[in-house]
Amino acid sequence: MIDPHDNANDRDDQPPTDGASPDAARPPGPSASPAEPENTGTDESARGNPGAGARPDAADGEPTADADAGPEPTADADAGPDVGPDVVDGELAGEPRDDEVGAATGGPRWRRIAAAIFTPKLTAANMVIALLLGVLGFALIVQVRSNANESTLANDRPDDLVRILSDLDARKDRLTTEISSLQNTVQQLNSGAQSQQAALDAAAKRADELGILGGTLPARGPGLVIDLIPASGQQIPANTVLDTIEELRGAGAEAMQISGTGSAAVRVVAATYFTDTTGGVDIDGATIGGTLSITVIGDPQTIQAALSIPGGVDDTVRNDGGTVSLQTPGTVEVTALHEPQALQYAHSVP
Amino acid sequence: MYAVLAMIAGIALGVILEPTVPVALQPYLPIAVVAALDAVFGGIRARLDGIFDDKQFVISFVSNVLVAALIVYLGDQLGVGGQLSTGVVVVLGVRIFGNVAAIRRHLFKA
Repeated sequence: MIDPHDNANDRDDQPPTDGASPDAARPPGPSASPAEPENTGTDESARGNPGAGARPDAADGEPTADADAGPEPTADADAGPDVGPDVVDGELAGEPRDDEVGAATGGPRWRRIAAAIFTPKLTAANMVIALLLGVLGFALIVQVRSNANESTLANDRPDDLVRILSDLDARKDRLTTEISSLQNTVQQLNSGAQSQQAALDAAAKRADELGILGGTLPARGPGLVIDLIPASGQQIPANTVLDTIEELRGAGAEAMQISGTGSAAVRVVAATYFTDTTGGVDIDGATIGGTLSITVIGDPQTIQAALSIPGGVDDTVRNDGGTVSLQTPGTVEVTALHEPQALQYAHSVP
Repeated sequence: MYAVLAMIAGIALGVILEPTVPVALQPYLPIAVVAALDAVFGGIRARLDGIFDDKQFVISFVSNVLVAALIVYLGDQLGVGGQLSTGVVVVLGVRIFGNVAAIRRHLFKA
C-alpha cells in the first residue's frame, strides 16, 4: 500500500503540472463553479467507482496500455491501481477534500462536460465565444471548400510551376515540329495531286485527239463543206473521190465525212477504201451516189487553195462535166463515226 | 452549448453560401483557421482542468489568429512565406496535439 500511495502522489502531481499552476494562481474563480458538479459527482463516483476502478485495473494490466503510454510507462501502468485504492480510502476514511478533488477529476468528467455543454446561461462572454466559434466554423468550411474547388495550379509552388511550364514548352515545340511536317506532307500531296491532274488532263486530251484522228469521236471546228456534183446521169468516179480526199489530207484536213444523195454520212479514216460500184461509190461498204457532200475540218483557205490548183480536184470534176461547190459555214461538225476494228496482231510498244 | 450551436451554424452557413475566399486572404485563412483550432482545443483543455476563463479564451483566440496571420504576412514580405507558414502549422499542430493529449488524459485517463 505504501508504494501505490507514493505513486499516487506522483500521479496526482502530474496532471496539475499541466493545469494546476494556473489553478493555484487564481483558486477562487474557476474552481468554484466546477466544484458543485464535482461534489455531486463524487458521491456517485464513490459508489460507481469500484466497478469503474476494477475495469481500468484489468485494462491497465494488459500490455497494450503500456504500449499506448510510450514515454512514461511506469506512471501509466500505476495509474489504474492508483484510482482504485484512493477512492476506497477516501470513502472509508472520509478524508479531506484534497483526495476527493483528485479523484473527482477522474470520475465525473463526462458529467462535467455535459453540465458545461448544457448550461443554459447566456452571458455576454458566452455570446462572444459562440460568435468566435461560429466564425471559426464558417472560415473552416470556406477554406475547405475553396481548397477543394481551386485549380491545382493556383496552389503549386513556383518550382513546380516552372517545371510544368517547361514541360508545356517542350510539348509545344514537339507539336510545332509536327505541324510543320504535316504541312510539308499536305504540300507534297497537293503538288502530287496537281501533277496527277495534269497528267490526267494530258491523257484525256491525247485520247480526244486520237479519237478524232481514228474516227471514233465526233468533231467540230472551222472548215467547209464541199459538194461534188456530177453531170446528169453520171456518178463521181471513185478515183476522183480518192484524189479529193488525198488533196484534202495534203491540205491539212483533220476530220472528214462523206455523204451522198439520200445516204448516211461515212467517216473518212486512214483505212477507208473507195471502189466504183453501180449507183455510186462504195465507201467502206456503204454505197454513196449522186451529189457527194464532203464535210471537212481544217483551215478553209488552205483547203480552198488546194482544191483549185490547176489539174486539181476542181479541174478533174469539171472535165467530167460536173461541178464543185464550196460552202463555208464557218464551223462544221463531223458526226459520223468509224467503228474501230479490234486489233488482233499489233500491240503497242511500251 | 451556444458555442457548439454557433459553430454548427457557421458550418451550415459556409455550406449554404459557398463563398469564395478573396485573393488577398488566401494565404492567411488556413493558418488563421489552424490557430483558432489551437485556441479552441486549449479552451476545451482549460475547461476540463477547471481553469477556463472566458476573457482569456477570447483574447487568446483573437491573438492567436492575428499573430498567425501576421507571421505569414511577414514571411510573405520577407520571401519565406511558404516555409514560415509551414513552421507555424507545425508549431500549432504540436500544440494541438499536446492539448488533445491532455484532454484525452482527462477524459479517458490514458
